[in-house]
Amino acid sequence: MVAELRVSRESLNAPFLQRVEELSGQNVFACYQCGKCSAGCLFAEHMDLLPNQVLRLLQLGDEGVLAARAPWVCAACLACSVRCPKGVDVARVMEALRQLALRRGLSPVEVKLDRPVPQIALVGAMRKVTP
Amino acid sequence: MTNGSIQHSSPITHHPSRVLYFPGCALKDQARAYEEATLAALAALGYEVQELPRWNCCGTVYALAQDDLMRHVGPVRNLIRAQEQGAKELLTLCAMCYNTLSRSALFVQNPENLRRLNAFMDEEEDYRGEVRVLHLVQLLGEIGRGRLEKAAKEGLSGLRVGAYYGCTLLRPQEVAVDHPEQPKILEEALAALGAEPVVFPERVECCGAYLTVTKPEAVRLRVSSILLSAAQAGAELLVTACPLCHFNLTERRPLGAPKLPVVYLGEALAWALGVKSMPEAVAKAVGVRG
Ligand code: SF4
Ligand code: SF4
Repeated sequence: MVAELRVSRESLNAPFLQRVEELSGQNVFACYQCGKCSAGCLFAEHMDLLPNQVLRLLQLGDEGVLAARAPWVCAACLACSVRCPKGVDVARVMEALRQLALRRGLSPVEVKLDRPVPQIALVGAMRKVTP
Repeated sequence: MTNGSIQHSSPITHHPSRVLYFPGCALKDQARAYEEATLAALAALGYEVQELPRWNCCGTVYALAQDDLMRHVGPVRNLIRAQEQGAKELLTLCAMCYNTLSRSALFVQNPENLRRLNAFMDEEEDYRGEVRVLHLVQLLGEIGRGRLEKAAKEGLSGLRVGAYYGCTLLRPQEVAVDHPEQPKILEEALAALGAEPVVFPERVECCGAYLTVTKPEAVRLRVSSILLSAAQAGAELLVTACPLCHFNLTERRPLGAPKLPVVYLGEALAWALGVKSMPEAVAKAVGVRG
């Protein structure tokens, strides 16, 4: 017996997914799970979900990705975005997840000001990980 | 897009010429040496550089969310200031400023985005979408190998210099100063200035950027890996155009990592042209391999 799994935006009817696609401007169903984004991600070793796994869970409409640490480890370096063979701007998907979490009041990252860092680093970090 | 020199060959600069310059916060603070050296070098190359009046922060990181119109206000306001000066180009030295400004400039190439943004800002004249954001390395490309070779003294002669591009000069592709994976624009400039450019595997890989605030241990790993990559390829000196890369590559350098000095593109330029001399600490470190 062959089990067939069909997933599509329509069959899922997940408003959460729709929000991610709107905010990121990306079609998450374009991703065919080749893993190139994760292979080249220099911060993947610190992530709980690899970039391609984030995409896969989104394709399944799994809202659990909002609790993942991966988007907060992403440095928005855009390496994945320029390399994806399907033209998925993965960094924008990561940003959409950060934004959605922040807008729901979830922010797992604490910005500690106890280290001397240059202004550009601080402004950059605040803009990415605080509301 | 395969050849930097062809891609950037359109003449935008006439000599002797006036250039309008956007400094950004870092160039007035931690990266003052970059500004000082670049201004001296550009003067020696015949440029009259004018600082953009009433500039404001570029935003440092580009907002990737589709509904974040607000975050374009700062960058576009700077473009309006440039427009007020009648400038067609705005020169940046900081790679992050280059990135945010040029991406916002691109964002408002879409007429609907431009209309919405203009409607949003009522204290300024409308932006017409005509200012080109230019990075120092592109300007050097336009000055051209011949002129740079002629102007160069012995400052970098024979030095094996690694160009560290990092992210913001190369990604996303729409604003890349050269091919995003195989760039050579920095190497070409360094070669014209008398250095021996060293191509190393990690030259386009991220240093960790602002994770230096939230996850410094991840940045240390990156920095170590980048420095090793450069040292193993034989680089004696690293050149960068990004103040955040510079901070990470120096201040987040783990003990035991290769010791090669990291300097700004403008500094290397000024040393090559003989308008500034290499600080003793750098001169001493050069030649000492990690
Ligand atoms: S590189 Fe693109 S297609 Fe491949 S797994 Fe990542 S997002 Fe999907
Ligand atoms: S943008 Fe984020 S997810 Fe993509 S390669 Fe860089 S750090 Fe990894």
